[in-house]
Amino acid sequence: MSGAEFVPLSLTPMLIGVCVAIACALPGNFLVLRKQALIGDAISHVVLPGIVVAFLVTGAVTTWPMLLGAAGAAIISVAAIEAVRRLGRIEPGAAMGVIFTTMFAGGVLLLEQSDTSSVHLDVEHALFGNLESLIWLDATGWSSLVDPVALAGLPVELVRMAATLVGVALFVALFWRPLKISTFDEGFARTIGMRTRPLGLALVIVSAIAAVAAFDAVGSIIVIAMFICPPAAARLMTNRLEHQVAWSVVFATLAAVTGYVLAGYGPLWIGYVSSVSAAGMIATVSGVILAVAALTGPHRLRGGAAKEI
Amino acid sequence: MTLQLATKDGSDAGTEVGRDAPLQIKGMTVSYGQKPAVFSVDMTVPAGAMTAIIGPNGAGKSTLLKAALGILKPLAGQTLVFGRTLAESRDRIAYVPQRASVDWDFPTRVIDVVLMGLYPKLGLLGRVRASHRAAATACLSRVGMEDFATRQIGQLSGGQQQRVFLARALAQDADLYLLDEPFAGVDAATEKAIIAVLKALRDAGKTVVAVHHDLSTVPEYFDRVFLINTRKVAEGPVEEAFTIENLQAAYGGRLATAQVDQLNGTLG
Repeated sequence: MSGAEFVPLSLTPMLIGVCVAIACALPGNFLVLRKQALIGDAISHVVLPGIVVAFLVTGAVTTWPMLLGAAGAAIISVAAIEAVRRLGRIEPGAAMGVIFTTMFAGGVLLLEQSDTSSVHLDVEHALFGNLESLIWLDATGWSSLVDPVALAGLPVELVRMAATLVGVALFVALFWRPLKISTFDEGFARTIGMRTRPLGLALVIVSAIAAVAAFDAVGSIIVIAMFICPPAAARLMTNRLEHQVAWSVVFATLAAVTGYVLAGYGPLWIGYVSSVSAAGMIATVSGVILAVAALTGPHRLRGGAAKEI
Repeated sequence: MTLQLATKDGSDAGTEVGRDAPLQIKGMTVSYGQKPAVFSVDMTVPAGAMTAIIGPNGAGKSTLLKAALGILKPLAGQTLVFGRTLAESRDRIAYVPQRASVDWDFPTRVIDVVLMGLYPKLGLLGRVRASHRAAATACLSRVGMEDFATRQIGQLSGGQQQRVFLARALAQDADLYLLDEPFAGVDAATEKAIIAVLKALRDAGKTVVAVHHDLSTVPEYFDRVFLINTRKVAEGPVEEAFTIENLQAAYGGRLATAQVDQLNGTLG
């Protein structure tokens, strides 16, 4: 494939996929270790009605109203979970399950009832995004990467996702030690003066920002997959958190690139004419990576896990 | 001014119960739901002693410790550490949580856990230098775990895990050591090793407080006892406060006759 074809059509979706995958996998490492992995799942579900309402109010798919709508939906969800838990007297996990599915279903109903035909916002978009359409029309080949005029025409989603990734990476790098210590031993962390609750909240907020920023480009399926699959697979490769996070970045990148290529060209290789959803294929590849790691990873049988049986 | 304060601290450290006692808990009340777990407990721990917090299961021993350290939010109560607030004296406290309170499958090595004790010195981004590693390794040596530095923590036995936790506390280089059931589920060799380290700390002028379960070892291990059953039952030197009457007041019917007989033997 020549640069003239690859750069405008495939480079930017692939880069966006990589940014999304890493931005979700980085905080996902800590969420998985804190046994809060489903928060990624939860966030990507509850924000849907918020995003739809933001669209209905502003009439356009723009970043800030969507982020605000998503944040509003998240706050309402937290309050609703607490209310269901207390008034309904049921356990927190069940309360979360009820609210997440209700919020997502409500979002889907809103989408179906509203006129979103003018923009790319519908149920399928909510699940799978529109990664393939985020092409770079101003590019003519590899030389465009150093051409300021062409660079100005980069899809806004790539810029937004790259900025999100930088923000997420800075958060994880800056608060690496508090995150590590408080994830391992929260009681100890408090006694040395760490504010573990605000830190835990910040981790969830950073995850939410990554999820919402990714939502528009790639939909909720990939977000859910990337929060859990790369970190879970990485845990099976090493017994050190530093190495685990590095592995998770490798796996996230691998899933995004391989998934995109397989979705675009895989069906052609086996004789079909049309390609399949890139987001769906990226999520599938990340699941396959986890499966392979579970079967062959060097640290899949660990002392701590096996001893209790 | 600073010099005066320093002199004052120095002279008060030797007194039995000064205003600057290593640990003073006042009116501590903690509740889980409707039921108080700890009710209006006062406690004063003098310097250079080893104090056991004892009481039946569910008496609020761990809860008292956690609330005093600000890990749990009390309904009421105040903690003073060397006469200052908790926030002002963080670097003088080392806390060893119950071993079972953490997930030992966490991806980290023994040496990394001990280095966590140096976090207040390292800060957010300070580089871990050879001197820090040497200090952490020295702490591992004090608990006989230096050969395990690069092991994953999940590969350790319960006793070894407890020693690593103690090494982390040693790395904090504190003046007040608070331990929550340090002997729970550990082997006899570890128990001996831990008590030797704690006694060495006491002999170096440090203050040790431990939640303790095994009544038979109290006189051998500790200088002072604090008996609790939601409320404070008794507090003082072992020979004065560790009496059958106080134990029965704390444990009620839960102290079996056999145990009383055994304790009669222990107490002479």
